[in-house]
Amino acid sequence: MEAAEKYDFSAVRWFSVAAVIYLVVGTLVGFYIAAELAWPVLNLDLPYTTFGRLRPLHTNAVIFAFGGCTLMATAFYSVQRTCGTRIWSPKMAWFTFWGWNLVIVAAVITLPLGITQGKEYAELEWPIDLAIAVVWLSFFLNFVMTLVNKKTSHIYVSNWFFLGMLVMITYLHVVNSLAIPVSLFKSYSLFSGVQDAMIQWWWGHNAVGFYLTAGFLGIMYYFVPKQANRPIYSYRLSVIHFWALMFGYVWLGAHHLQYTALPDWTGSLGAAVSLAMIIPSWGGAVNGMMTLSGAWDKLRDDYILRFMIVSLAFYAMSTFEGPVMSVKTVNALSHYTDWTIGHVHSGALGWVAMVAAGALYHLIERLWNVKMYSAKLVNTHFWMATIGTVVYITAMWVSGIMQGLMWRDYDEFGTLSYTFAESVAAMVPYYKMRAVGGLIFWLGGVVMLYNVVMTIRKAPARAA
Amino acid sequence: MSDKIYSTKLQDKIERSGILMMLFVMVVVSIAGLVEIVPLFTIDETMEHNANPEIVWQRGEGDTLESWKAGDGIRPYTALELAGRDIYLREGCYLCHSQMIRPFRDEKERYGHYSLASESMYDHPFQWGSKRTGPDLARVGGKYSDEWQRQHLMAPRSVVPESVMPNYPWLAENEVDADGIETRMAVMRMMPGIGKVPYLDSDIEGAAEKIRGKTEMDAMIAYLQVLGTMAKLDYNKTYRK
Repeated sequence: MEAAEKYDFSAVRWFSVAAVIYLVVGTLVGFYIAAELAWPVLNLDLPYTTFGRLRPLHTNAVIFAFGGCTLMATAFYSVQRTCGTRIWSPKMAWFTFWGWNLVIVAAVITLPLGITQGKEYAELEWPIDLAIAVVWLSFFLNFVMTLVNKKTSHIYVSNWFFLGMLVMITYLHVVNSLAIPVSLFKSYSLFSGVQDAMIQWWWGHNAVGFYLTAGFLGIMYYFVPKQANRPIYSYRLSVIHFWALMFGYVWLGAHHLQYTALPDWTGSLGAAVSLAMIIPSWGGAVNGMMTLSGAWDKLRDDYILRFMIVSLAFYAMSTFEGPVMSVKTVNALSHYTDWTIGHVHSGALGWVAMVAAGALYHLIERLWNVKMYSAKLVNTHFWMATIGTVVYITAMWVSGIMQGLMWRDYDEFGTLSYTFAESVAAMVPYYKMRAVGGLIFWLGGVVMLYNVVMTIRKAPARAA
Repeated sequence: MSDKIYSTKLQDKIERSGILMMLFVMVVVSIAGLVEIVPLFTIDETMEHNANPEIVWQRGEGDTLESWKAGDGIRPYTALELAGRDIYLREGCYLCHSQMIRPFRDEKERYGHYSLASESMYDHPFQWGSKRTGPDLARVGGKYSDEWQRQHLMAPRSVVPESVMPNYPWLAENEVDADGIETRMAVMRMMPGIGKVPYLDSDIEGAAEKIRGKTEMDAMIAYLQVLGTMAKLDYNKTYRK
């Protein structure tokens, strides 16, 4: 093949397969900790398997292992394709691959041991943080240099979003991880109290905003038009979507701290910008979906495209839900409840994992120059992922809103109606339902892994 | 054609250069952080103790962390409390328990006075949390006896049948890391700016011996029992606008 000489996809292949494996592993841990909340005996009375230690393992596995490998596979693939040039340094791409996986192994070992910085989604201790920075910068450098070497006149829109992610995650990771080590496995955040809280949620929300949104929008802008075999709906909408997202998303972290000891001006500012973000977010979702305008019939038999389009529907839904939850009156009810967990998962399962699955199926067919082993199983995965997600988020909506209402409910004598323990007891059926949703989603991932393995096995032998 | 400009001249120029686009993005994404974060370090009103100095422990000559009494004001953690806090972090308690009471009637009745920023100024990292699978712990200190806390940590469902919390039996078996505590306290004192924890040499020297032989359970309970008890807050006073 001509493409095989023009581009270098060797590391991309490994990243794609790793992503599928981490999808299965990360969601399995997620399912297990969901089950722990429904059946606490599953904590096993062992330190290494308690919810508090496995939950960071789940979030790190799905965000950094699955999400990271997906982003690196798709970015390294599409940047070469859209720039019409070979990756700047194939060797460095391999360094990124092995380095990133080394970080993941380190996370899998240290988190169950309780080695943590104690900041959500930034738990990994300082030596691992340093390794992340080095590996991330190798990804960054290789990507930008490939852009510099482009054979095309302009940079295609998917690369803008990847670039935005690369810049912002560098800022966030460096600032939020600043700490003074006390030993090899222990450090204290350089910041404390309210300042630490703001910096943490500036990181926390933008790990979502740039890693799981901008990066995956980069995926959307390349893979949706490719799979549909049609140009993106609107270039102008892309320009607006991009710059509004780059400027706007960064403000949102403060909405996680409404009514806390964070000064009111900061939280209100975050909420105001959050509301405004509906416009670019929906602009982007419309841009992706309308790419199918006039070719909706493709959805009938192209199961890979189904993943992508439904992911955009979830993206539109959760980017509407998010701003609503940032409004102070809603936040007063939703904060601290399962509603937040439901919201995150409508984004993470519905949007991130679904668009990633679509892109990975597309990639695997191209990288191994073969059709998927079973299109039917792609469809099975699609339905399991969709149903699993819907069951999960429905359970969390009900439990979250119920919690919020029970906590603030008063009886006719003006005293609190429920003890906290009563609200915990009321959650049990929904925690079970959530675990079932997670199980269905996880099984869908297993189907994908099986399909991918069988596809690669039947692929024609290629020159090494 | 590559010469046609589809948008503005500036956008077109940016789209032709990877480096230029990177530089523009670097500027655009940094604005919000600068506006929202930097003022928190400089505006005095952010920390309530600037207007209400009495909520911070006014340490007199010869006062020790041990001679401090509940309500005397916000102070650095004792060696045992700090060791307990490190266990709280290690076990990921913050993933299910918040330490941040909001200014609502129901939270006041359930948990107590709303939390102040100054109350966590010595917390590296902050432990406000984001989820209440279990109740808020910002003012749990003194609400239950040490014996209740011990029993609850060993087997939560033996005292709260509805609980979904894991059992933590190993806390009673493990001894605290006494040798590392002085370095940890010294690092807290090294923190720059408003995050500096004002330990005296006399607080740090001998800290290891004070906690040697204590279990992780002792440390955890010491930490839980001090939460929210440091400052005596006045319900008739507006600490935060």
